[in-house]
Amino acid sequence: MAEHDITLTVNGEDHELTVESRTLLVHALRDELGYTGPNVGCESTLCGACTVHVDGDAAKSCTLLAVQADGKEITTVEGLAEGRDLHPIQESFQEEHGLQCGYCTPGMIMTTKQLLEENPDPSREEIREALEGNLCRCTGYQNIVNAVESAAGKLRGAQAHGD
Amino acid sequence: MSIETIDADEVPIEEVLGSAVKRREDPSLITGRAEYTDDIQRPNMLHMAATRSPYGHAKVGDIDTSEAEAMDGVEAVFTAADFDVPGEIPVGWLLESLRTPPHPILASERVRYQGDAVAVVVADSRAVAADAAQAVDVEYEQLDAVTSPGDALAEGAPTLHDEDDGNVAFEWELGDAEKTSAAFEDADEIVDIDLVNQLLISNPMEPRATVAEYDAGSDDLRVHMTSQNPHLHRLLMSGVIDHPEQKLHVRAPDVGGGFGAKIHHYADEALTALCARELERPVKWVATRTEGFQTDAPGRGHETSARMALDADGHITGFEVDTKANLGAYLSTFAPAVPTYLYGTLLSGQYDIPAIHVEVTGAFTNVPPVDAYRGAGRPEASYLVERIVTQAARQIGEDPAEFRRKNFVDSDDFPYQTEVAVEYDSGDYEKTLDAALDAIDYDAFREEQELAREDGKYLGIGLSAYIEACGLAPSELAGQLGAQAGLWESSLVRVHQSGTVTAYVGTSGHGQGHATTFSQIVADELGIPYDDVEIVEGDTDEVPQGMGTYGSRSAAVGGSALVESARKIVEKSREIVAHQLEADAEDVEFDHGTFHVAGAPEQSVGIQEVAGAAYLAHDLPDDMEPGLEATSFYDPDNFVFPFGLHAAIVSVDPDSGEIEVERYVAVDDVGNQINPKIVEGQIHGGVAQGIGQALYEGAQYDENGTLLTGSLQDYTVPKAEQIPELETESTVTPCPHNPLGVKGVGEAGTIAAPQAVVNAVTDALQPFGVDDIEMPLTEERVWRAVEEAK
Ligand code: FES
Ligand code: FES
Repeated sequence: MAEHDITLTVNGEDHELTVESRTLLVHALRDELGYTGPNVGCESTLCGACTVHVDGDAAKSCTLLAVQADGKEITTVEGLAEGRDLHPIQESFQEEHGLQCGYCTPGMIMTTKQLLEENPDPSREEIREALEGNLCRCTGYQNIVNAVESAAGKLRGAQAHGD
Repeated sequence: MSIETIDADEVPIEEVLGSAVKRREDPSLITGRAEYTDDIQRPNMLHMAATRSPYGHAKVGDIDTSEAEAMDGVEAVFTAADFDVPGEIPVGWLLESLRTPPHPILASERVRYQGDAVAVVVADSRAVAADAAQAVDVEYEQLDAVTSPGDALAEGAPTLHDEDDGNVAFEWELGDAEKTSAAFEDADEIVDIDLVNQLLISNPMEPRATVAEYDAGSDDLRVHMTSQNPHLHRLLMSGVIDHPEQKLHVRAPDVGGGFGAKIHHYADEALTALCARELERPVKWVATRTEGFQTDAPGRGHETSARMALDADGHITGFEVDTKANLGAYLSTFAPAVPTYLYGTLLSGQYDIPAIHVEVTGAFTNVPPVDAYRGAGRPEASYLVERIVTQAARQIGEDPAEFRRKNFVDSDDFPYQTEVAVEYDSGDYEKTLDAALDAIDYDAFREEQELAREDGKYLGIGLSAYIEACGLAPSELAGQLGAQAGLWESSLVRVHQSGTVTAYVGTSGHGQGHATTFSQIVADELGIPYDDVEIVEGDTDEVPQGMGTYGSRSAAVGGSALVESARKIVEKSREIVAHQLEADAEDVEFDHGTFHVAGAPEQSVGIQEVAGAAYLAHDLPDDMEPGLEATSFYDPDNFVFPFGLHAAIVSVDPDSGEIEVERYVAVDDVGNQINPKIVEGQIHGGVAQGIGQALYEGAQYDENGTLLTGSLQDYTVPKAEQIPELETESTVTPCPHNPLGVKGVGEAGTIAAPQAVVNAVTDALQPFGVDDIEMPLTEERVWRAVEEAK
């Protein structure tokens, strides 16, 4: 199997690594680099547990080959909190009880981040639609929707205050 | 109406129990720091993959492993012949008539379901292991397959085990047959129903996984795995792979959901451990989603015919049930209990029924071994009871809410002994019915429904007055019924010298928030700040003993075990304080963390100070041991019986078969609530799984036993858009026999929801005379039912 030397910038840190042609981005992140935020639930684009941002856009890291991400900027859920200060989306997931087992949660949070960047004030239906590619088996989604709504409010507030 | 969470440090100690404190497990889960089994890496670690049967039923001929063995990176290939261990999965629940055919961890002569493993490959990477597993060449001779219990029990069906006995795994009955048939002889009205409770795949988002490490020097075998019950897995695995229990260490790290699928002992986990021991290197196995579909124990799978007898006033006088239950190819850990004692004992529902008789036949079929899935037996019972009760009300032209009210066990009649062997602890069924009817504005809805019909719009309401039994107990009774395990729970509460606490408990959470709720319990009992309490579970090395988390037992049984240990600590502390203050222990009062002599509140001692004294041991009563910790094994007196009333309002388009759930109201009574936000979350998640069963989910096999719904593309795990906004309320009827007054909440929603939805859809379609549609209510099925009834 052919091998490739690639560079991934993950949460602002550059990593050089050698991967096989078939290595998926999620396995490169998890097994080679130790980022355990993105979880594998299906390896078939259907569950969203592996969602990360690639050059700023949410992507399922089980559908990208690691070589396709060569030279790109990746953000995983590990890259959101600043030290001990949680990102407002993370805060809202905790406050609204938007998670139970937490396995889908990193993916949910990364999808939410993209949604709120594109639509800072989504309706509940729009939130449900945006979460279409992220399955959660525990929460019944309601508190996830609440969390996204509440995070949207916080982020809008932060923007209004110019910080 | 959503409950607000609060920071624990804003809650006074006296109110910590019962407050919606934010979960302490979340920070690690939302930042990616959590450790699930697949996150575990070890130097020199190998990866295991299995070669699985593509056929539902086949004879196995030659297994040629040479190509796989020759592949670069492959360390070993094992077939059944290579392991010199018992290698058979035991059954944890025996019934009198039960047949227990061998259940090997690797099949050799015959495979009996698609996914039955015949070989495992161990290689230096996950990908190579997967490739090599594919390269194992197995000769199969395909056999006829049978996947439904009805077909399996029919004359001339292909048989799975010993031909002479057909596919009957057991025959079981409960209740009084004679009294019941007499009730039918005297009946004024008889209601019949036939229904299927389809086979479901639990699909926790985290697939099953295992990492095993072996130390040849000490013979220690350490297994990290997706487990709901590490101690039970340790016990079962020690027998299967022949490893001394005390040298086997099972630990559940963070677990990404279970829903029953991670209770049972499977071949894969045992094989991973065997490979690690054999090769003396760490070995990891992680199921793919496809493997999960093929090998996780599915649940439900009932085919039932039932009749209900009514007198002239519309009182239920008899109930007769005949169920064929799917057990799959082999008996899984608790399989025999699920369609028998967990099902038959709940067939009285919330109703006062004077005569009940149930017969269940368990059938072997070519699907994976069937076992408990969220609710386990109780959803099947509740679905049947609530469907037939709805049908009964229709048949005699009575309002379904009033029919239920009339037949309910009266709130004055608790404890209530049913005809099917259980005694309900406490309940007030009218209260949840009234609350739900109120929330939904039932009378207004009925008017709206009439008007809508005139406009050609079909609205329907479905009621589900469910009951469940959880916190299975007591051990002695379980033993009489066939359990091969006790049903107690154990805890160790250790107060450290500085006054902080570590509490160990034998349950094992996987999303339920135990670290939070158990800390609330211990903080409340000892009057110690919540943040000073640490909870440890899920690790056989750290936690002395335990039974795990399933059947909504954690709060009722595990929580009560914590209370008992905490109370022992208070008693010892009281003795110490009495000694120091030169008072009688009976005169020393304890109130939220402080002791004082009755009548002298000014002289008080905090329990955290007492801890210091207990370890200093300079001045303790004569004969008292130093230290401050206590262990309990709590064995409950009875099950707990949560209940409630769920109501769904749907609109149905008879031309397309499309269903819209317009409202869903859940009123639950789970006894006292330790953390109402967590209770709400459990209800939401459960209802979503129940709606999933009603509308979307179901394992389907073709005539060869090939799973047609073997991926998330074909099997619908509901998405956010497919679950409606849920309206939840609760009433509180404390459980009278455990120290917390709690019942159980994990399964309530899943038990309640399917029949609420199905009853609503058939209510909407009454103008067409549709009483019955099988789950999942796909558009095609609904459309067909309307066409056929026209
Ligand atoms: S693991 Fe990538 S979508 Fe499921
Ligand atoms: S929280 Fe468990 S899958 Fe979403």
